[in-house]
Amino acid sequence: MLAKIHVTFKEGVLDPQGKTVHHALNDLGYDEVLDVHIGKYLEIKLDSVSEEEAEIRVREMCERLLANTVIESFRFKLVTTE
Amino acid sequence: MKCGIVVFPGSNCDHDCDHILKKILNQETHWLWHKDEVDLSSFDLIVLPGGFSYGDYLRAGAISRFSPVMNSVIRFAENGGKVLGICNGFQILLESGLLPGALMQNHTRKFICKNVYVRVETTDTPFTQKCNDKPVLEIPIAHHQGSYYIDPHSLNDLEEKGQILFRYCDAKGDISESSNPNGSVGSVAGLCNEQKNVMGMMPHPERCADPLWYNTDGQRIFQSLISQS
Repeated sequence: MLAKIHVTFKEGVLDPQGKTVHHALNDLGYDEVLDVHIGKYLEIKLDSVSEEEAEIRVREMCERLLANTVIESFRFKLVTTE
Repeated sequence: MKCGIVVFPGSNCDHDCDHILKKILNQETHWLWHKDEVDLSSFDLIVLPGGFSYGDYLRAGAISRFSPVMNSVIRFAENGGKVLGICNGFQILLESGLLPGALMQNHTRKFICKNVYVRVETTDTPFTQKCNDKPVLEIPIAHHQGSYYIDPHSLNDLEEKGQILFRYCDAKGDISESSNPNGSVGSVAGLCNEQKNVMGMMPHPERCADPLWYNTDGQRIFQSLISQS
């Protein structure tokens, strides 16, 4: 099983990188760009674990280490692999 | 004063702290290796030095805070032991939950290395007692993830409880947007826990504490700690 995890800044937390890329896109003429958020993407390969179990374990991984929940939020998808 | 200086893989201000505490201020110092979970009850002060522990991977301090030595440091702090985290050490204290809030990338998106001024907000802590006659200190910063963040409600709480120790300011002690180098909320440069025995700060007092250098403002923080041991 593969866990595909996105970690991004919470709403209201300043994202200087996102802001810079936002300006750059506007400068390139993409006026429709309203906001840019830059985050992290992680893929975690899991061995012999049920989907229910993986759901609990991956959430725990995110809360304990992968995201700092003071400033970041996370979401993930579990994908079955061969 | 018996001081323990924690060494993580990637710490690079550990020897500076040792130099100031041992050679300049004549204190007893010991190295504490990150892999060792040891009894720290005989120590008066534990220093988490600056650097780039674990390469700042994931987030600065995120991985170091799970080092075995941190179990000892957390126990030591919970029993009232004094802990000083400088720069990366501050980041580790926040990640470990010993201090509230988080440090983010500077709002300038650049690594900043320069002298700054900080205003001492309270001298009623073990870390700032000796700052009575010097309300503004000049201390260098050197960091990329030094922008302090906490939600507005909790920031208020820190202010009310006297937990904010230092704020970035100009030479006169005035606080403005232009005197805030990294975009920290409330211009916070250093804070302590509610019990006032754990303190973290982004500026490096150990880099301005040797009399060979023109500026020894950083000594005040170490002298404050020494005066109570």
